[in-house]
Amino acid sequence: MVREVNVSGAIDCDVHPTVPDMKALMPFLDDFWRETVEERGINSLETVTYPPNAPLTARPEWRNKNGRAATVAAEVTAQVCDRWGAEVAILNCLYGVGLLFSEDMAAAFTRAVNDWVLREWLDRDPRLRASIVVPMQNVDYAVDEIERCARDRRFVQILVLAMQEVPLGRRHLWPIYAAAERHRLPLGIHAGSTYRHSVTSLGWPSYYIEDYASHTQAFQSQVASLVCEGVFAKYPGLKVVLLESGVTWLPGFLWRFSKFWRGVRSEVPWVDRSPAEIVRDHIRLTIQPFDAPADRDCVERAIEHLRSDAMLLYASDFPHWQFDGEETVPAGIPAALRRKILVENPQATYDRLAG
Amino acid sequence: MAKHVVAALGDIPPGTRKLAQLNGRAIVVFNLGGEFFALNNRCPHRGGSLFHGKQTGLVEADGPGNYCYSRPGEIIRCPWHGWEFDIRTGQSWCDPARVRARRYAVGIEPGTRLIAGPYVAETVPVSIENDYVVVEA
Amino acid sequence: MNIEVRQPERGGTQAIKARVGIFDCDIHPKSSLEDLRPYLSNRWWDYLQTYGQRQRHGYVKGFPYPKSQPLASRRDSWPPGGGLPASDLNFMREQHLDLYGIECGIMNPLSPTGQGEQNDELSAAMAFASNEDQLERWNRREPRLKASVVIPYENSKLAVKEIRRRAGDRRFAHVLFLSRTSELLGKPRYWPIFAAAVEAGLPVGVHVFGSSGRPMSNTGWPSFYIEEITEHSASLQASVTSLIVEGVFERFPELKVALIEAGFAWIPALGWRLDQNWRRMKDEVPHLRKAPSEYLREHFWVSTQPMEEAEEPDHVLDIMGWIGWDRILFASDYPHWDFDDPFLALPPSLSEERRTKIYSGNAKALYRLD
Repeated sequence: MVREVNVSGAIDCDVHPTVPDMKALMPFLDDFWRETVEERGINSLETVTYPPNAPLTARPEWRNKNGRAATVAAEVTAQVCDRWGAEVAILNCLYGVGLLFSEDMAAAFTRAVNDWVLREWLDRDPRLRASIVVPMQNVDYAVDEIERCARDRRFVQILVLAMQEVPLGRRHLWPIYAAAERHRLPLGIHAGSTYRHSVTSLGWPSYYIEDYASHTQAFQSQVASLVCEGVFAKYPGLKVVLLESGVTWLPGFLWRFSKFWRGVRSEVPWVDRSPAEIVRDHIRLTIQPFDAPADRDCVERAIEHLRSDAMLLYASDFPHWQFDGEETVPAGIPAALRRKILVENPQATYDRLAG
Repeated sequence: MAKHVVAALGDIPPGTRKLAQLNGRAIVVFNLGGEFFALNNRCPHRGGSLFHGKQTGLVEADGPGNYCYSRPGEIIRCPWHGWEFDIRTGQSWCDPARVRARRYAVGIEPGTRLIAGPYVAETVPVSIENDYVVVEA
Repeated sequence: MNIEVRQPERGGTQAIKARVGIFDCDIHPKSSLEDLRPYLSNRWWDYLQTYGQRQRHGYVKGFPYPKSQPLASRRDSWPPGGGLPASDLNFMREQHLDLYGIECGIMNPLSPTGQGEQNDELSAAMAFASNEDQLERWNRREPRLKASVVIPYENSKLAVKEIRRRAGDRRFAHVLFLSRTSELLGKPRYWPIFAAAVEAGLPVGVHVFGSSGRPMSNTGWPSFYIEEITEHSASLQASVTSLIVEGVFERFPELKVALIEAGFAWIPALGWRLDQNWRRMKDEVPHLRKAPSEYLREHFWVSTQPMEEAEEPDHVLDIMGWIGWDRILFASDYPHWDFDDPFLALPPSLSEERRTKIYSGNAKALYRLD
């Protein structure tokens, strides 16, 4: 198969292992929680962020006989590594443990998800890496889980969903970032919601297409919050990766944000340089979806607006159906940038990939 | 550049400022505790009149949440978009490397070296004990 | 040599005035509650005196995200004769309308208008009063200032009543919403308002701010004013998406929407994202007969203020070109602090033709005024 962009050797920074159902997590729960799952009939934590049968959720040819995709490691590596050429793939599990309200249940189920990823995925293929799913319901539990999983260096990032109860920059969450910085784990923010609020700031949309568009709004708020609250001032070693955010929304957002900062700076004086500079230093974005115009010249121009070669990270977003065919890299990305996007930027972002 | 008298010393008490038109250019003169500074009145961002802005202190932080307020009255904020300029240097706080308000040299001329001009004639008689604020522009 | 206390003259003022009459799509005149008294019934006047307005943010006066300057206004806009910024027509003429050669300005009053007020009937009473006030105390004395139809948008029945009252009166430019509505703008509950606007031949103007009663972002409440003002565009993205995807423009093909003070750099990326997902999931929205970006292109206008300031100025021109040079409306936002000076705000490299379109041509095509 000849593709326009040869991806071999790349690091795929956003791949989704699908938990088939709660039964898969049972081996990783203790007696009480196993009993709880059975007794209370907790069968599934799938969320409507990706309705199971919606086109975006998975390409038809990638679905198994149960209609789910990416449920086992071999299936994923066959596609992402063997077929598409990635040398390494980073797994971001989006199973809906973040939506639970009980802190203790959330902690137990989150541990189970991370252990499932470890045993059923990382242990099965040396090309796989993963993010630590973090139970945001309780900051102490979140730190504990980071400490527990960070011992295994195949965990390369911590993972939270884009729509939270409070913006991610808020100070009571900072012990989580302290732990992440300590272990040199980037904070991965992935499209999705804990459903603490309506998915738009003006309520619940009627259509899924609107829902999916609402994630970029959350990313804007999160970038603003992390910068304004001073997370990067306090944790200069912290990197943030915006996963499945869309990319082309960022430059226009930074213009507005930086413009206002110049006049309102004294409200947040620890933001000691332009937000655009801080974001270019600390924040990275995966390239699927790219939210691009059809026109290749336009894509190139949109990338120029980012004013950075270092920000973009290769990702297929498998099994989400973001593109047709085998071209995992959006058309129009300049050839000169490819190696950076495919290999160098991910390597620079994820320290633990070096071993 | 020529020297222009803009005010009598007593006209600009400490902590106040005065707007002057010199050769079609508006200049704002500040008295910071007895020291005089002058800036081009036109904000280099989008042209607001600095004279009409707020004179305030320097706001810094040694960490998130720790507001440090110093040098009261030594910063002028444009009345429009709020850009902050150090009155002493013209340096802007949001982009010190690239943006500054244009400074003018200000001196206090003792009365004997006064430059004669209509100002003197229009106001109080000249006295050699009076000091005048002179701007080079 | 003199001591001058007037504001400095803009270079080239006379030349520019002669060439282009500026159409300013966003001016905020300030009336007081007392000014509205003649147009309020005793019932609602007394109510206001006793219980006051209740905006969904909780304060009697002021805001939980306090503004960076008093009344969010330019510090030099307080009239020398006293009163609040933009309350003195003569000073507004001197400092803004005459200074810049504003040929026509659209008033978007922000308070007291009752928009977003918890009580629908009070909101409607204040909307009526604000509209009367705009006509009597502003437009009649200064015909350059055109009115907006302030409406109690959370109650469509009462809003329609107010629109019908004003229909055909060409002193009104558009029907005014604030952007933080309690539901997404495309929701059917607002459709009767769009029907009435179209029936009256009026565009809808959506101006940022208001209080939806929901957290300010879809991930909760930010801490800072700088976050609030930066993130207005995010909520407009949601409402614009809603208007398009709900099929409002299929139902009302003549509806035109002006987005005011929301910035505009986000428009192309939103169109691209919606198109991408519509191509994949068209079956969800069979009522849409065109790509979302086509509806965006055909039914929306954007105001220039606050003008985008990219690190490389050419990038702003890219955005303007992608949006469409015929879609961009000049606005000053007088008297607010993030005001755009008409002579200095537009990218200097714009051609004369584009500049004229933005200053007035596009607004004249959109708004049918006396």
